[in-house]
Amino acid sequence: MSGSSYHENNGIHHLKSERLLIKGGRVVNDDQSLYADVYIENGLIKQVGENLVVPGGVKVIEANGRMVIPGGIDANTCLMKPYLGTPPADDFLQGTKAALAGGTTMIIDHVTPEPGESLLQAFECWQEAADKKACCDYSLHVDIPQWDENVKDELELLVQEKGINSFQVYMAYKDTYQMTDSELYEVFSFLKQLGAVVLVHAENGDLIAQEQKKILGMGITGPEGHPLSRPEELEAEAVFRAITLGNRVNCPIYITKVMSKSAADTIAQARRKGYVVFGEPITASLVTDGSHYWSKNWAKAAAYVTSPPLSPDPTTPDHLNTLLACGDLQVVGSAHCAYSTSQKAIGKDDFTLIPEGTNGVEERMGFVWDKAVAMGKMDENQFVAVTSTNAAKIFNLYPRKGRIAVGSDADIVIWDPNSTKTITAKLQQSASEYNIFEGMECRGGPALVLSHGRVVYEEGKVQAQQGTGRFIPRKHFPDYVYQRIKVRNQAKNQQGVIRGLYDGPVYDVVPTQTYITPSPSARTSPTSHQPPPIRNLHQSNFSLSGSQIDDIVPRRSGQRIVAPPGGRSNITSLG
Amino acid sequence: ERERKSPPFNHLRMHPFSEGVSALQIYCMKEGVKDVCIPDLIKLLDILGDNGNLRNEEQVAIIQASTVLSLAEKWIQQIEGTEASLHQKMMDLEIEMEMFCKQKGYLEEELDYRKQALDQAYMQIQELEATLYNALQQDKVIKYGEPLDELQKDELRTAVEKLRRQMLRKSREYDCQILQERMELLHQAHQRIRDLEDKTEIQRRQIKDLEEKVVCQLGDLVCDCSVIYFLDDCGTMCVAVAARVITSVTAVSGSTMAERRGNWDKAEDDLPVYLARPGTADQVPRQKYGGLFCNIEGAFESKTIDFDALSVGQRGSRTPRTARRETGQEARSPDSDRKISPVEESPTASKQGGKHSPRVEFSTNGSIEVLQNLGDEKSERLLVKGGRIVNDDQSFHADIYMEDGIIKQIGDNLIVPGGVKTIEANGKMVIPGGIDIHTHFQMPYRGTTTVDDFAQGSKAALAGGTTMIVDHVIPDPGCSLMEAYDQWRQWADEKSCCDYALHVDITHWNDSVKQEVESLIKEKGVNSFQVYMAYKDYYQMSNSELYDIFSFLAERGGIAEVHAENGEIIAEEQARMLQMGITGPEGHVLSRPEELEAEAVFRAITIASQTNCPLYVTRVMSKSAADIISQARKRGNVVFGEPITASLGTDGTHYWSKNWAKAASFVTSPPLSPDPTTPDYLNTMLSSGDLSVTGSAHCTFSVAQKAIGKDDFTQIPEGVNGVEERMSLIWDKAVTTGKMDENMFVAVTSTNAAKILNLYPRKGRIAVGSDADLVIWDTDSIRTITAKTHNSAAEYNIFEGMELRGAPQAVICQGKIVVEEGTLHVVSGVGRFIPCSAFPDFAYKRIKARKQLAVLRAVPRGMYDGPVSEFSMSRGGTPSASARTSPTKQPSRNLHHSGFSLAGNPAQCGPTIPDDIPIRPAGRRIVVPPGGRSNITSLS
Repeated sequence: MSGSSYHENNGIHHLKSERLLIKGGRVVNDDQSLYADVYIENGLIKQVGENLVVPGGVKVIEANGRMVIPGGIDANTCLMKPYLGTPPADDFLQGTKAALAGGTTMIIDHVTPEPGESLLQAFECWQEAADKKACCDYSLHVDIPQWDENVKDELELLVQEKGINSFQVYMAYKDTYQMTDSELYEVFSFLKQLGAVVLVHAENGDLIAQEQKKILGMGITGPEGHPLSRPEELEAEAVFRAITLGNRVNCPIYITKVMSKSAADTIAQARRKGYVVFGEPITASLVTDGSHYWSKNWAKAAAYVTSPPLSPDPTTPDHLNTLLACGDLQVVGSAHCAYSTSQKAIGKDDFTLIPEGTNGVEERMGFVWDKAVAMGKMDENQFVAVTSTNAAKIFNLYPRKGRIAVGSDADIVIWDPNSTKTITAKLQQSASEYNIFEGMECRGGPALVLSHGRVVYEEGKVQAQQGTGRFIPRKHFPDYVYQRIKVRNQAKNQQGVIRGLYDGPVYDVVPTQTYITPSPSARTSPTSHQPPPIRNLHQSNFSLSGSQIDDIVPRRSGQRIVAPPGGRSNITSLG
Repeated sequence: ERERKSPPFNHLRMHPFSEGVSALQIYCMKEGVKDVCIPDLIKLLDILGDNGNLRNEEQVAIIQASTVLSLAEKWIQQIEGTEASLHQKMMDLEIEMEMFCKQKGYLEEELDYRKQALDQAYMQIQELEATLYNALQQDKVIKYGEPLDELQKDELRTAVEKLRRQMLRKSREYDCQILQERMELLHQAHQRIRDLEDKTEIQRRQIKDLEEKVVCQLGDLVCDCSVIYFLDDCGTMCVAVAARVITSVTAVSGSTMAERRGNWDKAEDDLPVYLARPGTADQVPRQKYGGLFCNIEGAFESKTIDFDALSVGQRGSRTPRTARRETGQEARSPDSDRKISPVEESPTASKQGGKHSPRVEFSTNGSIEVLQNLGDEKSERLLVKGGRIVNDDQSFHADIYMEDGIIKQIGDNLIVPGGVKTIEANGKMVIPGGIDIHTHFQMPYRGTTTVDDFAQGSKAALAGGTTMIVDHVIPDPGCSLMEAYDQWRQWADEKSCCDYALHVDITHWNDSVKQEVESLIKEKGVNSFQVYMAYKDYYQMSNSELYDIFSFLAERGGIAEVHAENGEIIAEEQARMLQMGITGPEGHVLSRPEELEAEAVFRAITIASQTNCPLYVTRVMSKSAADIISQARKRGNVVFGEPITASLGTDGTHYWSKNWAKAASFVTSPPLSPDPTTPDYLNTMLSSGDLSVTGSAHCTFSVAQKAIGKDDFTQIPEGVNGVEERMSLIWDKAVTTGKMDENMFVAVTSTNAAKILNLYPRKGRIAVGSDADLVIWDTDSIRTITAKTHNSAAEYNIFEGMELRGAPQAVICQGKIVVEEGTLHVVSGVGRFIPCSAFPDFAYKRIKARKQLAVLRAVPRGMYDGPVSEFSMSRGGTPSASARTSPTKQPSRNLHHSGFSLAGNPAQCGPTIPDDIPIRPAGRRIVVPPGGRSNITSLS
């Protein structure tokens, strides 16, 4: 950490138009790495290249050949998600400080309105809180807790005027957030028209509710009941369903919190079939497993509670890292939602009441480096892609974020692949008492972090100012996601077969619904019903000849064939 | 004397039987023995046996001779009895015929009379009309200008019209009634005659057997005698007796023949008279509707065929044979008769195969009690010779002997009793009869039913080599499962031609359904229940309901079957298609893409694995669904997949056919996949064992019924044919292409289904003690499927024009030959309900073991007694899925809270906040219990 030096030029010094030159670094983007200097002015990257011509009064940062990478983007944080009225321990200030300390220069937080609450109000509330407190740039996802016409209007407003292009729906949390398949279908179709990305929390809520009942009935009330009631199959099932729905509607799907091997495999298979789907493993699932739920220390076990739960299978992190490295999973989030132990203790007698959430925003980049790059699974470019660039592309922030290029925001990290640190709750930025990665060694970490062209982290110290984070609006129809969708829309146009009119005999449907058709739709074609008088006439004609001997013969049992007066046309000729 | 008698015997031994004449006969002829008294002979033999100075062999011979003699005596008595009863029967028959003739005459007279009356009535009416008209005319002319006003005229006219109509109707009714009665009588007569014929046939056969036995044994005896070179007078007498026995046997058989001939002659002479009317052109429709006898249609057909066949066969062979017999009697060589008989015996015997149940019925009639001593009429004995038995595990050459509908013996050189019909398999495969695990016969749909009822459907099943069907009981949502089950049982018991079992579909779920399901499992022999994930708002079950049902079934040992499609998405897609203006059958497949099937299969497997319940996915129609099943099986889930005939044989490209009726006939759900490689793929999966059983989902609707949905594809009734084609199709697509061997073929068409339903080894295997449901499979026959020749009542066959190799050559169901060389001899109503018991091993063995393993345990921890954050339960928005609250929590927390409010603003006191963390969000209250923290929650 001692390598980077920091010269202050006393000349023209203006706080707002800070000029910076990063010298001698290896600029690593998601596509290539090159040795270049980076010149920053007014929070933007002005020049990238060697032997730059820069004005005087420039702070020079010596990178000494270390990697200069775009600042990380954490696409999944919950810094204000209230649980039973209490906000998490880390608010926007605490959370963004932790993010910066980990090399993440932008977060996308989840707005979680209560069911029945206005989406717009919730959004404004979140924005206000974040504007006051956030130390780094942020954007917001909005969760859709229910589905009705109001929500539709609000969504339209959010997309078109507020710069929100991603919305989360829940397949879990029965009776509160959960949506039925039909609702999901409608939400997906609607959001696709708006050009937004659909985030899905994929777990089968119905089954979870049943399992929870069962587990509680068995007397299991501790945190181990959490993974037992949410086995990974339920996650995989919901992922599969979400993907199916998405493909039917031809809508891009982004699966948040991929926690298990089977869910990740499902995503990988779907991608192989060409579906537009993205998977987001989180720090916790990439690093640790669910064996801790069986810890004897209740507080420790409870700290791991998140949903979908960490998989008890210890090979899961490795598998997820592999899939991340090969591109089957695209984005790393943190799902940072830290609750204090006393908050977790709300569920001390009933695991279903334990607030769900783990930390991870600070450790995210470091662990991806440690588990994937340092293990040889991933190269540095892919590292940049999964920690920053892909998220920027999916959420339409690229190339403003996620790339070191002329014109991009000056969110830059000088990455030191050799530094090692041991994670402990005592040294973390987060306010929670427990760190789920406690005691783990992590190779690789940021040496220096720039946000808006300002140094916000150096030598293990955060120098951020509260409220400097800006809200970054995002446009709808991100190219990375919607280009294929648009083409498919045109290609997939289905057409009916043009046929002559069927004018053969039509079986007369009994108008009373005693026998309900197995056909799912109750729509009846107006012409398929014959008016009753006509049929009665036929019937009376027949009764003249007495009871027919063939009444019991099966072939024509009780059928009335209404033949048209003109006889059959050849269109229905048999054979 | 010994010296004298030996030469002829030596001579005989040199060419025994070579001239077609037995040694015995020659001897008899030579000796001129003509008549013997059996008791005398026995006495003589006894004396001979008492003779002390006989050698052992000689004594043995004597004992044998006496045995033969006593047997012969018995046989002769039997034969005489038969003769008498046959005489009696013939008499009865003739009397009956006369009666019928008379009745017919009466009826015809009556008819004539009625007709005359009708004519008269007509005349009267006309006269009346004429007079009326005249009167009116006159009135008009004579009286003033308006004799009757318009109203009166109209009234008059309508009255006349009414009268005429009434007369017409009455006469027509009379006509009808008479005809009906006559048909009835005719039918009875036919049946009677047929039964009698059957009887005669059996007796004739028995006599034949006796005859053969006698001759054989005597022949042996003679040989023995000649070997020991010992024969005295008694011996001579013995032989003579034997000769006499033969003679008498021949005589009896001759007389039976004669009687039978008389019978046939009658049948040939009389019956056409009876049948003349139904046979003539004007009566054709009458014949087709079968009157009060629902089986009359089939009965007439097979009957006519049988008569023809019989009379031709008999006529051809009988005339020469009678001639020969006469000469034989003159020449005292009755064996010539025996030699001919087997030749003509087999065809007649097998031709009679289809008509057993009437005979059974007849024997209980009581009018012919005499016949009952001739052997158990009910026991049907069959021997399949020279076949290669193919089970699911191995194939081997063996004969099969069946009795009373059960396989009694398997092996080579079986010892079987007499009176056994023999089927020569000639090295062809003999496989267990197919089990079609999925049919919808006589399924009600909006007030109509599928065109194939249990009779028609099971007939088609038998024609295709399927000897057992498993039908789905579909109660309407809200109706009782038990009632529906009883209804189906009634339908099937009345009509089914083959054994059947039932699945029950669970169309709604509540506590009363639960109880019904339980009693169905425990008392009614149903162990499989289908649930629907499609058909939104009708049958569809939510995930929670599915979970409930699966757990319930897992406890009770049932199999959960699912119709796997995502109903909610389908409903949305259908709305979209209709909105786009796609109303034809192609909309069906467009609104039900295969992903939805795969998704639902995935979900069903997940739920089943959660509840540890064996899962059975009905109708696997697409590659992706099959893949998911195969993956799940690889993970160890207990799941079975059932592709159906349609998905194995054809694909969904026909939905785009320009012929609406054709396109509609393919409508089923899940739909056939438009991907043309699907059938091939599914066959591969079936061969590899990833899919376990095949059904047909046979559910046929006529074109008119399909046309309910002519303007809206969602209204098209869903279902395709396939019960008849199932076995052939799998043979053609999987075995002849080399994907599957014959044992696997048996497994997927029969054995696996039997195992899943817990019917194994009663069904699905050829083994001693199993039901005698067999198919002799001809691997070389090629037939072309067409709606014109299939046995279903549907107008379309979705496999139209397909050439299939492999077909059943003969089908044996319940030990009776029901299909032979393409001819069906089925009787509806003989099918039995086969109850399936719970906990089939095939599915539940693993489940049981896992249940014991998968016991979840809580972690024993000390009580958490650290601080608990305050929270308000009043806010509805807990992300926690369950709203349950622990009962102990609320009061204790409130207590803590009140204790602390004294200490001032709890937000500021925050004793747990470390100092190095600068800012805590405001508004949080940490409640520390009065006793302080225990070390169990100490932060590390």
